[in-house]
Amino acid sequence: MDRKLYILQRLTALVLLPLIIGHLIVILYAIKGGLTSAEILGRTQGSLWWGLFYGLFVVSVAVHAPIGLRNILKEWTPLNNQTSSVVSFLFGLLLLILGSKALVGVIF
Amino acid sequence: MTTLRVKIWRGNENEEGEFQTFDVPARENQTILDVVTEVQRVQEPGLSYRFACRVGVCGSCAMTVNGKPRWTCRTHINAVAKDGEITIEPLRNMPVIKDLTCDMTEFFQKWQKAGGKFDGTITRKDPVATLPPSDLKRQKADAGIECINCAVCYSACDTVNWDSDYLGPAALNRAWTLVNDERAANRQEVLDKAIGDSGCSSCHSQGNCTAACPVGLSPSQSIHGLKRMSLLSFLGKGI
Amino acid sequence: MAISNKNARGHTSYWASIGHRLSGLALAAFIPFHFLVLSLAVNDRTSLDGLLSLADQPLFKIGEWGLVVLLVIHMAFGIRVLILELVPWRHGKDGRTNLVWVGVIAAIMIGIYFLVRAF
Repeated sequence: MDRKLYILQRLTALVLLPLIIGHLIVILYAIKGGLTSAEILGRTQGSLWWGLFYGLFVVSVAVHAPIGLRNILKEWTPLNNQTSSVVSFLFGLLLLILGSKALVGVIF
Repeated sequence: MTTLRVKIWRGNENEEGEFQTFDVPARENQTILDVVTEVQRVQEPGLSYRFACRVGVCGSCAMTVNGKPRWTCRTHINAVAKDGEITIEPLRNMPVIKDLTCDMTEFFQKWQKAGGKFDGTITRKDPVATLPPSDLKRQKADAGIECINCAVCYSACDTVNWDSDYLGPAALNRAWTLVNDERAANRQEVLDKAIGDSGCSSCHSQGNCTAACPVGLSPSQSIHGLKRMSLLSFLGKGI
Repeated sequence: MAISNKNARGHTSYWASIGHRLSGLALAAFIPFHFLVLSLAVNDRTSLDGLLSLADQPLFKIGEWGLVVLLVIHMAFGIRVLILELVPWRHGKDGRTNLVWVGVIAAIMIGIYFLVRAF
Protein backbone atom coordinates (compact mmCIF):
# COMPACT_ATOMS: atom_id res chain seq x y z
CA MET A 1 0.00 0.00 0.00
CA ASP A 2 2.69 2.51 1.08
CA ARG A 3 4.76 1.67 -1.97
CA LYS A 4 1.89 1.89 -4.46
CA LEU A 5 0.89 5.28 -3.09
CA TYR A 6 4.51 6.43 -3.14
CA ILE A 7 4.83 5.47 -6.81
CA LEU A 8 1.50 7.09 -7.72
CA GLN A 9 2.57 10.28 -5.94
CA ARG A 10 5.88 10.45 -7.82
CA LEU A 11 4.32 9.62 -11.21
CA THR A 12 1.64 12.30 -10.76
CA ALA A 13 4.39 14.70 -9.66
CA LEU A 14 6.13 14.11 -12.99
CA VAL A 15 2.86 14.75 -14.85
CA LEU A 16 2.11 17.86 -12.76
CA LEU A 17 5.51 19.44 -13.31
CA PRO A 18 4.98 20.70 -16.90
CA LEU A 19 1.31 21.43 -16.13
CA ILE A 20 2.23 23.71 -13.22
CA ILE A 21 4.82 25.53 -15.31
CA GLY A 22 2.16 26.09 -17.99
CA HIS A 23 -0.34 27.20 -15.35
CA LEU A 24 2.15 29.69 -13.88
CA ILE A 25 2.83 31.17 -17.31
CA VAL A 26 -0.92 31.62 -17.90
CA ILE A 27 -1.35 33.20 -14.45
CA LEU A 28 1.47 35.68 -14.99
CA TYR A 29 0.12 36.48 -18.47
CA ALA A 30 -3.54 36.81 -17.43
CA ILE A 31 -3.14 38.74 -14.17
CA LYS A 32 -2.20 41.95 -16.02
CA GLY A 33 -5.20 44.25 -16.05
CA GLY A 34 -7.38 42.03 -13.84
CA LEU A 35 -9.43 38.90 -14.50
CA THR A 36 -12.83 38.72 -16.21
CA SER A 37 -14.95 35.68 -17.01
CA ALA A 38 -15.09 36.75 -20.68
CA GLU A 39 -11.30 36.73 -20.87
CA ILE A 40 -10.94 33.33 -19.18
CA LEU A 41 -13.78 31.67 -21.06
CA GLY A 42 -12.67 33.24 -24.36
CA ARG A 43 -9.43 31.37 -23.94
CA THR A 44 -10.77 28.05 -22.75
CA GLN A 45 -14.29 27.48 -24.08
CA GLY A 46 -14.50 24.88 -26.80
CA SER A 47 -10.76 24.31 -26.76
CA LEU A 48 -9.76 20.66 -26.93
CA TRP A 49 -6.19 21.42 -25.83
CA TRP A 50 -7.13 23.44 -22.78
CA GLY A 51 -9.70 20.75 -22.02
CA LEU A 52 -7.01 18.05 -22.06
CA PHE A 53 -4.59 20.31 -20.16
CA TYR A 54 -6.99 21.07 -17.31
CA GLY A 55 -8.54 17.58 -17.40
CA LEU A 56 -5.16 15.96 -16.82
CA PHE A 57 -4.39 18.65 -14.22
CA VAL A 58 -7.54 17.90 -12.22
CA VAL A 59 -7.04 14.13 -12.27
CA SER A 60 -3.36 14.38 -11.29
CA VAL A 61 -4.07 16.79 -8.45
CA ALA A 62 -6.93 14.60 -7.20
CA VAL A 63 -4.47 11.68 -6.96
CA HIS A 64 -1.38 13.62 -5.81
CA ALA A 65 -2.79 15.79 -3.01
CA PRO A 66 -4.65 13.09 -0.99
CA ILE A 67 -1.50 10.93 -0.79
CA GLY A 68 0.37 13.78 0.86
CA LEU A 69 -2.63 14.52 3.06
CA ARG A 70 -2.70 10.87 4.18
CA ASN A 71 0.91 11.10 5.35
CA ILE A 72 0.21 14.32 7.23
CA LEU A 73 -2.90 12.88 8.91
CA LYS A 74 -1.02 9.67 9.83
CA GLU A 75 1.95 11.52 11.24
CA TRP A 76 0.65 14.78 12.65
CA THR A 77 -2.84 13.93 13.92
CA PRO A 78 -4.10 11.25 16.31
CA LEU A 79 -5.99 9.56 13.42
CA ASN A 80 -4.94 5.96 12.77
CA ASN A 81 -3.74 4.69 9.38
CA GLN A 82 -7.15 3.46 8.26
CA THR A 83 -9.02 6.63 9.17
CA SER A 84 -6.29 8.74 7.54
CA SER A 85 -6.68 6.72 4.36
CA VAL A 86 -10.48 7.06 4.31
CA VAL A 87 -10.41 10.82 4.98
CA SER A 88 -7.77 11.33 2.28
CA PHE A 89 -9.69 9.20 -0.21
CA LEU A 90 -12.82 11.30 0.40
CA PHE A 91 -10.77 14.46 -0.05
CA GLY A 92 -9.53 13.10 -3.39
CA LEU A 93 -13.10 12.37 -4.41
CA LEU A 94 -14.10 15.93 -3.48
CA LEU A 95 -11.26 17.31 -5.61
CA LEU A 96 -12.31 15.12 -8.52
CA ILE A 97 -15.97 16.18 -8.33
CA LEU A 98 -15.30 19.92 -7.85
CA GLY A 99 -12.53 19.80 -10.44
CA SER A 100 -14.78 18.13 -13.00
CA LYS A 101 -17.49 20.74 -12.39
CA ALA A 102 -14.93 23.52 -12.87
CA LEU A 103 -13.66 21.82 -16.02
CA VAL A 104 -17.18 21.58 -17.45
CA GLY A 105 -17.68 25.23 -16.52
CA VAL A 106 -14.69 26.63 -18.33
CA ILE A 107 -14.51 24.30 -21.34
CA PHE A 108 -18.11 23.59 -22.40
CA MET B 1 38.42 25.80 38.73
CA THR B 2 35.13 26.74 37.15
CA THR B 3 32.18 24.42 37.25
CA LEU B 4 29.95 22.92 34.65
CA ARG B 5 26.23 22.73 35.24
CA VAL B 6 24.91 19.39 33.95
CA LYS B 7 21.19 18.65 33.71
CA ILE B 8 20.62 14.91 33.46
CA TRP B 9 17.31 13.16 32.84
CA ARG B 10 16.42 10.82 35.71
CA GLY B 11 13.46 8.67 34.79
CA ASN B 12 11.90 5.22 34.81
CA GLU B 13 10.37 2.94 32.18
CA ASN B 14 6.96 4.62 32.51
CA GLU B 15 8.41 7.81 31.08
CA GLU B 16 8.11 9.46 34.50
CA GLY B 17 10.97 11.46 35.86
CA GLU B 18 12.67 14.84 36.01
CA PHE B 19 15.94 16.57 35.29
CA GLN B 20 18.49 16.51 38.07
CA THR B 21 21.20 19.17 38.05
CA PHE B 22 24.80 18.36 38.97
CA ASP B 23 27.73 20.75 39.26
CA VAL B 24 30.95 19.13 38.11
CA PRO B 25 34.44 20.62 37.75
CA ALA B 26 35.08 21.97 34.25
CA ARG B 27 38.30 20.40 33.02
CA GLU B 28 40.33 21.26 29.98
CA ASN B 29 39.87 17.93 28.28
CA GLN B 30 36.71 16.00 28.91
CA THR B 31 33.98 14.43 26.87
CA ILE B 32 30.29 14.19 27.70
CA LEU B 33 30.89 10.54 28.62
CA ASP B 34 33.63 11.61 31.05
CA VAL B 35 31.19 14.01 32.69
CA VAL B 36 28.43 11.40 32.99
CA THR B 37 30.96 8.95 34.43
CA GLU B 38 32.20 11.56 36.92
CA VAL B 39 28.65 12.25 38.06
CA GLN B 40 28.02 8.54 38.54
CA ARG B 41 31.31 7.84 40.34
CA VAL B 42 31.36 10.91 42.59
CA GLN B 43 27.85 12.20 43.09
CA GLU B 44 25.08 9.78 42.09
CA PRO B 45 25.94 6.06 42.02
CA GLY B 46 22.35 5.26 41.03
CA LEU B 47 22.69 6.96 37.63
CA SER B 48 22.18 4.52 34.74
CA TYR B 49 23.90 4.92 31.41
CA ARG B 50 25.46 2.67 28.79
CA PHE B 51 28.95 2.62 27.32
CA ALA B 52 31.68 0.14 26.42
CA CYS B 53 34.71 1.14 24.36
CA ARG B 54 34.92 4.90 25.17
CA VAL B 55 36.68 5.60 21.87
CA GLY B 56 34.01 5.68 19.15
CA VAL B 57 34.13 2.07 18.04
CA CYS B 58 31.26 0.25 19.73
CA GLY B 59 28.34 2.66 19.32
CA SER B 60 26.77 2.08 22.72
CA CYS B 61 27.16 5.46 24.46
CA ALA B 62 24.88 7.58 22.26
CA MET B 63 22.64 10.04 24.13
CA THR B 64 20.76 13.22 23.40
CA VAL B 65 23.06 16.14 24.24
CA ASN B 66 21.58 19.64 24.11
CA GLY B 67 18.77 18.50 21.81
CA LYS B 68 20.87 16.43 19.39
CA PRO B 69 21.78 12.73 19.47
CA ARG B 70 25.54 12.21 19.73
CA TRP B 71 28.22 9.72 20.67
CA THR B 72 29.02 11.02 24.13
CA CYS B 73 32.54 9.53 24.01
CA ARG B 74 33.44 11.60 20.94
CA THR B 75 31.78 14.84 21.98
CA HIS B 76 34.09 17.31 23.67
CA ILE B 77 32.43 19.46 26.30
CA ASN B 78 33.65 22.67 24.66
CA ALA B 79 31.88 21.74 21.44
CA VAL B 80 28.43 21.67 23.04
CA ALA B 81 28.39 23.52 26.39
CA LYS B 82 26.41 26.76 26.27
CA ASP B 83 27.22 29.21 29.08
CA GLY B 84 28.67 26.34 31.07
CA GLU B 85 25.46 24.29 30.82
CA ILE B 86 24.76 20.91 29.28
CA THR B 87 21.50 18.96 29.08
CA ILE B 88 21.75 15.19 28.71
CA GLU B 89 18.77 12.99 27.83
CA PRO B 90 18.45 9.41 26.57
CA LEU B 91 18.10 8.72 22.83
CA ARG B 92 14.69 9.39 21.31
CA ASN B 93 12.21 7.01 19.61
CA MET B 94 13.04 4.09 21.90
CA PRO B 95 11.52 3.16 25.28
CA VAL B 96 13.58 4.36 28.24
CA ILE B 97 14.68 1.64 30.66
CA LYS B 98 16.11 3.99 33.26
CA ASP B 99 17.75 7.45 33.17
CA LEU B 100 19.97 7.57 30.06
CA THR B 101 19.56 3.94 29.03
CA CYS B 102 17.00 2.91 26.44
CA ASP B 103 15.68 -0.38 25.13
CA MET B 104 17.01 -0.96 21.61
CA THR B 105 15.07 -4.20 20.96
CA GLU B 106 12.65 -2.73 18.44
CA PHE B 107 15.45 -0.80 16.74
CA PHE B 108 17.23 -4.07 16.00
CA GLN B 109 14.02 -5.92 15.14
CA LYS B 110 13.48 -3.33 12.43
CA TRP B 111 16.86 -4.25 10.93
CA GLN B 112 15.48 -7.75 10.45
CA LYS B 113 12.18 -6.41 9.07
CA ALA B 114 14.12 -4.38 6.51
CA GLY B 115 15.92 -7.54 5.37
CA GLY B 116 19.16 -6.91 7.25
CA LYS B 117 20.27 -10.56 7.41
CA PHE B 118 23.08 -11.60 5.07
CA ASP B 119 22.60 -14.85 3.15
CA GLY B 120 25.68 -15.91 1.25
CA THR B 121 25.95 -17.76 -2.03
CA ILE B 122 29.07 -19.75 -1.18
CA THR B 123 30.32 -21.90 1.69
CA ARG B 124 33.54 -21.74 3.67
CA LYS B 125 34.97 -24.44 1.38
CA ASP B 126 34.80 -22.09 -1.61
CA PRO B 127 37.52 -19.54 -2.35
CA VAL B 128 36.92 -16.03 -0.98
CA ALA B 129 34.84 -13.89 -3.34
CA THR B 130 36.71 -11.27 -5.33
CA LEU B 131 35.28 -7.78 -4.94
CA PRO B 132 36.94 -5.28 -7.28
CA PRO B 133 36.86 -1.82 -5.63
CA SER B 134 36.17 -0.33 -9.07
CA ASP B 135 32.78 -2.06 -9.22
CA LEU B 136 29.96 0.52 -9.02
CA LYS B 137 27.68 -1.67 -6.91
CA ARG B 138 30.54 -2.35 -4.50
CA GLN B 139 31.16 1.39 -4.18
CA LYS B 140 27.49 1.95 -3.33
CA ALA B 141 27.60 -0.79 -0.69
CA ASP B 142 30.90 0.49 0.70
CA ALA B 143 29.46 3.99 1.13
CA GLY B 144 27.09 2.70 3.82
CA ILE B 145 28.99 -0.21 5.27
CA GLU B 146 30.71 1.51 8.21
CA CYS B 147 27.54 1.79 10.31
CA ILE B 148 28.05 0.60 13.90
CA ASN B 149 24.35 0.50 14.93
CA CYS B 150 24.54 3.35 17.44
CA ALA B 151 20.96 4.52 16.66
CA VAL B 152 21.92 8.21 16.48
CA CYS B 153 20.20 8.56 13.07
CA TYR B 154 17.16 6.65 14.32
CA SER B 155 16.91 9.03 17.27
CA ALA B 156 17.31 12.12 15.05
CA CYS B 157 14.66 10.98 12.56
CA ASP B 158 11.37 12.87 12.96
CA THR B 159 9.58 10.45 10.65
CA VAL B 160 10.24 7.58 13.08
CA ASN B 161 8.94 9.87 15.81
CA TRP B 162 5.73 10.60 13.90
CA ASP B 163 5.20 7.06 12.56
CA SER B 164 6.51 4.43 14.97
CA ASP B 165 6.17 1.67 12.33
CA TYR B 166 8.72 3.32 10.02
CA LEU B 167 11.81 1.11 9.79
CA GLY B 168 14.15 4.10 10.03
CA PRO B 169 17.43 5.21 8.46
CA ALA B 170 19.82 2.66 10.02
CA ALA B 171 17.86 -0.44 8.99
CA LEU B 172 17.27 0.88 5.47
CA ASN B 173 20.93 1.84 5.11
CA ARG B 174 21.82 -1.75 6.01
CA ALA B 175 19.31 -3.07 3.45
CA TRP B 176 20.86 -0.82 0.78
CA THR B 177 24.34 -2.25 1.40
CA LEU B 178 22.96 -5.80 1.02
CA VAL B 179 20.96 -4.99 -2.12
CA ASN B 180 24.24 -3.84 -3.67
CA ASP B 181 26.30 -6.74 -2.33
CA GLU B 182 27.15 -9.18 -5.13
CA ARG B 183 27.83 -11.91 -2.55
CA ALA B 184 24.31 -11.79 -1.09
CA ALA B 185 21.97 -14.55 -2.26
CA ASN B 186 18.80 -12.81 -1.09
CA ARG B 187 19.10 -9.38 -2.74
CA GLN B 188 15.62 -9.40 -4.25
CA GLU B 189 14.12 -10.51 -0.93
CA VAL B 190 15.94 -7.70 0.91
CA LEU B 191 14.77 -5.16 -1.65
CA ASP B 192 11.17 -6.35 -1.36
CA LYS B 193 11.28 -5.88 2.42
CA ALA B 194 13.01 -2.48 2.25
CA ILE B 195 10.54 -1.05 -0.26
CA GLY B 196 7.50 -2.65 1.41
CA ASP B 197 5.15 -1.16 4.00
CA SER B 198 6.82 1.25 6.45
CA GLY B 199 9.99 0.97 4.39
CA CYS B 200 11.79 3.54 2.25
CA SER B 201 8.51 5.00 0.87
CA SER B 202 7.85 6.54 4.29
CA CYS B 203 11.00 8.73 4.22
CA HIS B 204 10.36 12.44 3.67
CA SER B 205 13.92 13.40 2.69
CA GLN B 206 14.32 15.42 5.85
CA GLY B 207 17.97 14.47 6.18
CA ASN B 208 18.24 14.62 9.99
CA CYS B 209 19.88 11.18 9.82
CA THR B 210 22.69 12.31 7.54
CA ALA B 211 23.20 15.55 9.45
CA ALA B 212 23.55 13.60 12.72
CA CYS B 213 25.57 10.50 11.69
CA PRO B 214 28.81 10.53 13.72
CA VAL B 215 30.59 8.39 11.08
CA GLY B 216 29.63 10.78 8.29
CA LEU B 217 27.53 8.20 6.46
CA SER B 218 24.52 9.26 4.41
CA PRO B 219 21.49 7.09 5.19
CA SER B 220 19.60 9.62 3.00
CA GLN B 221 21.64 8.49 0.03
CA SER B 222 20.90 4.84 0.79
CA ILE B 223 17.16 5.43 1.25
CA HIS B 224 16.94 7.46 -1.96
CA GLY B 225 18.78 4.65 -3.73
CA LEU B 226 16.14 2.20 -2.50
CA LYS B 227 13.35 4.56 -3.58
CA ARG B 228 14.88 4.78 -7.03
CA MET B 229 14.99 0.97 -7.24
CA SER B 230 11.38 0.84 -6.03
CA LEU B 231 10.29 3.15 -8.86
CA LEU B 232 12.47 1.46 -11.49
CA SER B 233 11.34 -2.04 -10.54
CA PHE B 234 7.74 -0.85 -10.83
CA LEU B 235 8.56 0.31 -14.34
CA GLY B 236 9.96 -3.15 -15.10
CA LYS B 237 13.69 -2.81 -14.43
CA GLY B 238 15.22 -5.79 -12.59
CA ILE B 239 17.58 -5.60 -9.63
CA MET C 1 8.25 13.17 28.49
CA ALA C 2 9.33 14.37 25.08
CA ILE C 3 13.06 14.14 24.47
CA SER C 4 14.36 17.24 22.73
CA ASN C 5 15.51 16.95 19.13
CA LYS C 6 15.66 20.66 18.32
CA ASN C 7 19.33 20.81 17.40
CA ALA C 8 19.14 17.79 15.10
CA ARG C 9 16.86 19.89 12.88
CA GLY C 10 17.43 23.33 11.42
CA HIS C 11 19.71 22.26 8.55
CA THR C 12 18.73 23.05 4.95
CA SER C 13 17.10 19.77 4.02
CA TYR C 14 15.03 19.89 7.21
CA TRP C 15 13.52 23.22 6.17
CA ALA C 16 13.02 21.95 2.64
CA SER C 17 10.99 18.97 3.82
CA ILE C 18 8.91 21.07 6.22
CA GLY C 19 8.40 23.78 3.59
CA HIS C 20 7.39 21.15 1.05
CA ARG C 21 4.81 19.66 3.40
CA LEU C 22 3.31 22.94 4.65
CA SER C 23 3.08 24.48 1.17
CA GLY C 24 1.39 21.29 -0.04
CA LEU C 25 -1.07 21.38 2.83
CA ALA C 26 -1.91 25.04 2.13
CA LEU C 27 -2.40 24.33 -1.57
CA ALA C 28 -4.63 21.34 -0.80
CA ALA C 29 -6.77 23.58 1.40
CA PHE C 30 -7.06 26.21 -1.33
CA ILE C 31 -7.76 24.04 -4.39
CA PRO C 32 -11.39 23.07 -3.53
CA PHE C 33 -12.30 26.80 -3.34
CA HIS C 34 -10.43 27.47 -6.57
CA PHE C 35 -12.51 24.76 -8.29
CA LEU C 36 -15.74 26.04 -6.69
CA VAL C 37 -15.20 29.56 -8.05
CA LEU C 38 -14.48 28.24 -11.53
CA SER C 39 -17.50 25.94 -11.54
CA LEU C 40 -19.64 29.05 -11.17
CA ALA C 41 -18.83 29.61 -14.84
CA VAL C 42 -21.31 26.82 -15.69
CA ASN C 43 -24.47 28.78 -15.11
CA ASP C 44 -23.75 31.82 -13.03
CA ARG C 45 -21.40 34.03 -14.95
CA THR C 46 -22.37 37.25 -13.16
CA SER C 47 -21.41 35.94 -9.75
CA LEU C 48 -18.16 34.60 -11.23
CA ASP C 49 -17.44 38.10 -12.48
CA GLY C 50 -18.41 39.46 -9.07
CA LEU C 51 -15.84 37.17 -7.46
CA LEU C 52 -13.25 37.96 -10.09
CA SER C 53 -13.65 41.71 -9.59
CA LEU C 54 -13.28 41.07 -5.88
CA ALA C 55 -9.99 39.55 -6.88
CA ASP C 56 -8.91 42.96 -8.13
CA GLN C 57 -8.74 44.31 -4.59
CA PRO C 58 -5.20 44.57 -3.22
CA LEU C 59 -5.92 42.20 -0.34
CA PHE C 60 -6.99 39.48 -2.75
CA LYS C 61 -4.03 40.13 -4.98
CA ILE C 62 -1.75 39.63 -2.03
CA GLY C 63 -3.61 36.36 -1.36
CA GLU C 64 -3.17 35.28 -4.98
CA TRP C 65 0.47 36.25 -4.76
CA GLY C 66 0.80 33.99 -1.72
CA LEU C 67 -0.72 31.09 -3.64
CA VAL C 68 1.60 31.58 -6.62
CA VAL C 69 4.59 31.63 -4.28
CA LEU C 70 3.33 28.51 -2.46
CA LEU C 71 2.87 26.75 -5.79
CA VAL C 72 6.40 27.58 -6.93
CA ILE C 73 7.84 26.56 -3.55
CA HIS C 74 5.97 23.26 -3.57
CA MET C 75 7.02 22.57 -7.15
CA ALA C 76 10.67 23.50 -6.55
CA PHE C 77 10.93 21.39 -3.38
CA GLY C 78 9.19 18.60 -5.29
CA ILE C 79 11.81 18.84 -8.04
CA ARG C 80 14.42 18.55 -5.28
CA VAL C 81 12.83 15.32 -4.05
CA LEU C 82 12.64 13.92 -7.59
CA ILE C 83 16.32 14.71 -8.19
CA LEU C 84 17.30 13.19 -4.84
CA GLU C 85 15.41 10.02 -5.70
CA LEU C 86 15.85 9.62 -9.43
CA VAL C 87 19.37 10.81 -10.17
CA PRO C 88 21.92 8.35 -8.74
CA TRP C 89 24.16 9.85 -6.07
CA ARG C 90 27.84 10.06 -6.80
CA HIS C 91 28.97 10.23 -3.18
CA GLY C 92 27.43 10.79 0.23
CA LYS C 93 28.15 14.44 0.83
CA ASP C 94 26.73 15.34 -2.54
CA GLY C 95 25.95 19.07 -2.65
CA ARG C 96 22.42 18.45 -3.81
CA THR C 97 20.71 19.34 -0.53
CA ASN C 98 21.56 22.92 -1.51
CA LEU C 99 18.99 22.62 -4.30
CA VAL C 100 16.71 24.06 -1.64
CA TRP C 101 18.10 27.49 -2.36
CA VAL C 102 17.33 27.26 -6.07
CA GLY C 103 13.69 26.70 -5.13
CA VAL C 104 13.57 29.56 -2.65
CA ILE C 105 15.16 31.97 -5.13
CA ALA C 106 12.78 30.85 -7.91
CA ALA C 107 9.79 31.45 -5.61
CA ILE C 108 11.03 34.94 -4.68
CA MET C 109 11.68 35.93 -8.30
CA ILE C 110 8.40 34.64 -9.68
CA GLY C 111 6.66 36.23 -6.68
CA ILE C 112 8.18 39.63 -7.47
CA TYR C 113 7.30 39.30 -11.15
CA PHE C 114 3.71 38.46 -10.19
CA LEU C 115 3.46 41.58 -8.01
CA VAL C 116 4.89 43.75 -10.78
CA ARG C 117 2.31 42.48 -13.25
CA ALA C 118 -0.62 42.45 -10.84
CA PHE C 119 -0.35 46.06 -9.66
